[in-house]
Amino acid sequence: MKLQTPGRLEAALGACVAGGRKCLVPYITAGLPDWGRAVEAAADAGADAVEIGIPFSDPVMDGPVIAEAGERALRAGATPPGVLAEAARLDVDVPLVAMTYYNLAHHMGLERFASETVNAGICGAIMADLPLEELDPWAEAASQVGLATVLLAAPTGSEQRLRAICERSEGFVYAVGVLGVTGERDRLAASALEIAGRLKALTSKPVLTGVGISSPSSAAGAASVSDGVVVGSAMVRRLLEGQGPDGVARLVEELRAALDSL
Amino acid sequence: MGEPSPDGRFGSFGGCFVPETLVPACQELEAAFREAWADAEFRAELNRLLADYAGRPSPLTACVRLSEELGVRVLLKREDLNHTGSHKINNVIGQSLLARRMGKTRLVAETGAGQHGVATATAASLFGMECTVYMGEVDVARQELNVYRMRLLGAEVKPVASGSRTLKDAINETLRDWVASVESTHYCLGSVMGPHPYPWMVRELHRVIGEEARRQCAELTGGIPDVVAACVGGGSNAAGIFSGFADTPAELVGVEPAGGAAVGKGSPGVLHGSRSYLLQDEFGQVTEAESISAGLDYPGVGPEHSHLAETGRARYENVTDAEVLEAFEMLSRTEGIIPALEPAHALAWVSRERESLAGRTVLVNLSGRGDKDTELVMSLTAGR
Repeated sequence: MKLQTPGRLEAALGACVAGGRKCLVPYITAGLPDWGRAVEAAADAGADAVEIGIPFSDPVMDGPVIAEAGERALRAGATPPGVLAEAARLDVDVPLVAMTYYNLAHHMGLERFASETVNAGICGAIMADLPLEELDPWAEAASQVGLATVLLAAPTGSEQRLRAICERSEGFVYAVGVLGVTGERDRLAASALEIAGRLKALTSKPVLTGVGISSPSSAAGAASVSDGVVVGSAMVRRLLEGQGPDGVARLVEELRAALDSL
Repeated sequence: MGEPSPDGRFGSFGGCFVPETLVPACQELEAAFREAWADAEFRAELNRLLADYAGRPSPLTACVRLSEELGVRVLLKREDLNHTGSHKINNVIGQSLLARRMGKTRLVAETGAGQHGVATATAASLFGMECTVYMGEVDVARQELNVYRMRLLGAEVKPVASGSRTLKDAINETLRDWVASVESTHYCLGSVMGPHPYPWMVRELHRVIGEEARRQCAELTGGIPDVVAACVGGGSNAAGIFSGFADTPAELVGVEPAGGAAVGKGSPGVLHGSRSYLLQDEFGQVTEAESISAGLDYPGVGPEHSHLAETGRARYENVTDAEVLEAFEMLSRTEGIIPALEPAHALAWVSRERESLAGRTVLVNLSGRGDKDTELVMSLTAGR
């Protein structure tokens, strides 16, 4: 059994922050046509880590774009073992983070899911429907193989709750920028700045803003307070529209330029 | 059937598996419910509305001709006679009162057959709240009348086109709405499922069914029934009636649709906020239920039912669509009562088991009336 070096994700993102570079983490739904090449293209175009979405039948935290991508991927036959096998063959130097829903891990068995994830070369995991209260069994399985569990922190959290999330989140703290599910928004929500500010005051871990960040301007706006951004629906929409890995690379370059101008 | 553990568990089932954004709302709801449930004024207002508005207590009907035909003494708890035509109103009035007490101005709900949607739209109208109901496109098509009723009551009905386009996907979409609207909006969940505190709270709000039925059975028969049977999708009407008899020797039987038998054919999994039995494939992807009854067309089941099944306190059987149609016609023909397709599942089981139940007393929760289903049954049985 392979082990990930514990702390690899935080070390990589922390090094960006220390060097004055804002972190850029694109999200790609696994199982779409050419998704693996899209991940490689995103990494080559300036991503600091890439999130790989393992599709689940009932993605309640996802808006229409990522939900549709997941449905298409499942119809095309995507499975967790299949996705992980493909991920293992990717040629990328940046850390990979799996994002999915808890039932897939629960069903496979937590220890097996965690170890197969790190065996695929993935060093972090985000479970969209696994809050602090339910975290322990998974966190134990993940830590045994050196897999970092990234926690979401939402605008609805109390100070005490955000502090507890910051303490237990590994790799980075995922600041949910809006009240709502994943998806592109026309403008950057005020809540994105507010939640990032609250979290930055509580932790020295990297704080990345996600959900509702889709354009270079909203990315730059969010990262003016946080340490970087996660961009999902805007990436995935390009794949759904048939723009392929090149379309993903172009968006990553635009976002990179906007973040580097800060 | 008591309180779940502090982490919202019935045995190993239940919990609060929701996106982080919703956790504070679930915790706030639990605190508000605890406080309201212990408040005599809240209980008095709820009881007044259940009596004056919903028409409780619902009667207990001793079936004469059906009992003769089956050789089984069948008693019906007449939830079909409640305002809006099903047991759903008990839960909805309670949750709406609670939502108002919490300062929420909008209700969102999922609906399968439309009964919970109609009940929620009714309560929203009664309390002057905004209301949005999510309903799968398949169900919108097969329950046209209820869609019209909801709109007439002032609710916005949003058809859901994703996934299986039935109840499961309507719940996904309602959760997505709630993630975005949680500050002003209460999710009026329609069954004993979802994240803690819903399974417990919804069962408590339906406990009135079991308490009334126990008293009525005692008055009518001088004792308790041998068997208490109810249909189970999420399982709210069953939880309500079981809660009145769980501490008696009565056998408790939940009846699932053969095409959506989460307890009968599923395995433990996590969906829509809780860990419970679930229909899923070898990778943990939730599979689609398939039932004639839109209200039971759901791949999961409330966590307390999983616990009752695991401990053996209740058992769960399943019946086919064909058996359900026969039972639907049988009750109409023998008793002058047209049942909804959902409780027709419980009647179908009694009919199938008539030999083993011979001479015994079976209490069936007649959870809803069949008006909404007559058109569908008419089309299915045409030309027969």
